[in-house]
Amino acid sequence: MTDKGQKPRIAFFDFACCEGCQLTVLQLEEKLLDLLQHVEVVEWREAMSGKADSHDIAFCEGSITREADVQRIKTIRNTANTVVGLGSCACIGCHNALKNRWPMEDVVKVVYGSEAGQLDSIPARPITSVVNVDYRILGCPASLPEIDRVIKCILTGQEYPLPNQPVCVECKLNDTLCVLEKGEVCLGPVTRCGCNAICTAYGDACHGCRGLMDEANLMAAVKVLTAEQLHPIMEVVARRYDVGQDQVRQWFTMYNTPDLQLKEESEQT
Amino acid sequence: MTDSAHIQVHHVTRVEGHGDITVRIQDGTLEEVRFSVVEAPRFFEAFLRDRDYAEVTHLASRICGICAVSHRGAALKATEAAFGTKISDQSFLLRRLAFHGEVLSSHILHIYFLAAPDYLGVPSLLHLAEKDRDTVLRAMRLKQTAYDLCQWVVGRHTHPVAMNVGGFPFVHDAKPLGPLRERLEKSMADIRDTVSLFNTFSIPEFERETEYVSLSHPEHYALYDGNVVSSDGQRISPDQYRDFIEEYPVSYSTAKYARFNRPEYMVGALARVNNNFEHLSPFAQEVADLAALRAPCFNPFMNTTAQIVECAHCLEESIQIIDQLVERNIRAEEEQAEVIPRAGRGVGAVEAPRGTLFHEYAYDVNGACTSANLVIPTAQNLGNLEADMRAYAPGIVYQDEKAIAHALEMLVRAYDPCISCSTHVIKTTGSTPS
Repeated sequence: MTDKGQKPRIAFFDFACCEGCQLTVLQLEEKLLDLLQHVEVVEWREAMSGKADSHDIAFCEGSITREADVQRIKTIRNTANTVVGLGSCACIGCHNALKNRWPMEDVVKVVYGSEAGQLDSIPARPITSVVNVDYRILGCPASLPEIDRVIKCILTGQEYPLPNQPVCVECKLNDTLCVLEKGEVCLGPVTRCGCNAICTAYGDACHGCRGLMDEANLMAAVKVLTAEQLHPIMEVVARRYDVGQDQVRQWFTMYNTPDLQLKEESEQT
Repeated sequence: MTDSAHIQVHHVTRVEGHGDITVRIQDGTLEEVRFSVVEAPRFFEAFLRDRDYAEVTHLASRICGICAVSHRGAALKATEAAFGTKISDQSFLLRRLAFHGEVLSSHILHIYFLAAPDYLGVPSLLHLAEKDRDTVLRAMRLKQTAYDLCQWVVGRHTHPVAMNVGGFPFVHDAKPLGPLRERLEKSMADIRDTVSLFNTFSIPEFERETEYVSLSHPEHYALYDGNVVSSDGQRISPDQYRDFIEEYPVSYSTAKYARFNRPEYMVGALARVNNNFEHLSPFAQEVADLAALRAPCFNPFMNTTAQIVECAHCLEESIQIIDQLVERNIRAEEEQAEVIPRAGRGVGAVEAPRGTLFHEYAYDVNGACTSANLVIPTAQNLGNLEADMRAYAPGIVYQDEKAIAHALEMLVRAYDPCISCSTHVIKTTGSTPS
């Protein structure tokens, strides 16, 4: 990756987001200090002053929402040997893409009023739709154990395949009461695990922040999660639902709008 | 001596979000000083429309990774006001505890990771790890304690999982409170050491009296609740905020500014300490004394010191809240109040770590959001920050360009701006003022 004996140079970059994923990296606490023995942090605007001309490993957080971002992420990609998509804004577009569901002029007017000038704002999309990334860390915010694992994989030259099981698997291992049984909509059955099902453990439903699993059967999920569903296993649960398909679809858009738009487009063609 | 200079700091480092400093000096005279925000707009107020109230409050915390609990809290209060939902006394205590955890966490981040490196002469706190590991570990220990406090109440700090309209969707387990309380007590020694560290720094001597705005409560130091007060004398109910706080665009800047009585005002730790000093806990008042912070204080660089004082307060107050919770027992039936959506509008005002935060939502009869308005602390501070820069810069123009840029960066950092939060902040194509 670098000359022998030289520590790999790490940089952190942020695009449109809340910067919560970078903060999660700080939560590595003492592990972060250990990590510094193996890498050199050369740029991290949120945590240090100074800018670097080059870097080996780029952690990129946030979504692409401006024309200027497109060139910036390409430059970062060209400079780095390794690019890591840090968090769901970078990897799946997250709620940034919710604005894509409205006409851009309307969105600008609602927030800034009619006095707003020309804004450089384009439909939001994940970094991964503009450049290839070598590693993906998912979650809103990025999962701390996944950050830890990915850093180890990078430093030892291994790939990090994302887990491809639903959140339900981890939820069951936690012994948490199934949210569906409570009669609430939960996206656990189609969402990629790796969060240790933290939301359901604290009584919330899964909102799908880690993105859809590969080959997630969305049509089936929408049916199962609505009052119209006829799946025999879910019959007991079904009686408690009074939500319609539109509402369930709305839930899916919260974090996965870009993915859903792609799926809708491919269905239409 | 700088006769003529054009100083441009692109993307000030060690702040949350993206901002630039521009200074123009012509023949020894300061022609222009400004702080422009260049954050990519995210349009929360637009895309929250049509979303169900539970999604609105879920998404609200995503405005900011540092003050996620405050944004969620403001959204919950606004929504509960719109629906007429009343939370239990227990939920009220739990929410206050979460706020104390967040203020502690956010302040420690700023005090140690963002502000201290300037005084310590290092690019980041992590660069201190070899030379002074104890200081770095103290910062991390305090942050971890704050994080664990939030975790106990709401699942995690960024982003809170389990703080919903009407209360909490799970039953809190009181067992971890004992060890947590012990760690909070031990952290008080760490705060004393923090003051000792800061007392070795030479904080720039600069004063400019301004209008200080914060929440204020008759019984306690206001973070989660209270009315809005101005040091110029008003006390208003949060739902009147639109009548008193005027947001206005300025042609030369990239942000919407805000005025209360004067063209600019300050919110945040220093404003709170100035307005509510008598409600600080005894330990916090002791820390203020040790740090030579006397209210009212007009030095914006002392905002970081005011944050240390608030850390002391948050520790002591959290211990008190934990004792109250233990004494009254956690009652499962008090975790979640019934929520019946109805058409209406509500305002929620809280003290986020960086100052007073307003969320306002209107809902339709099904509880779907029809409009949202968010007024963010950093946006409120921008006018005041620029006024401070204009007042501070003439005293430092004799320095070289690098020194001027650094001094102004330090002033920006003292405000602990949180630009990601600034949902209204915008890049316009307006012209430079004449």
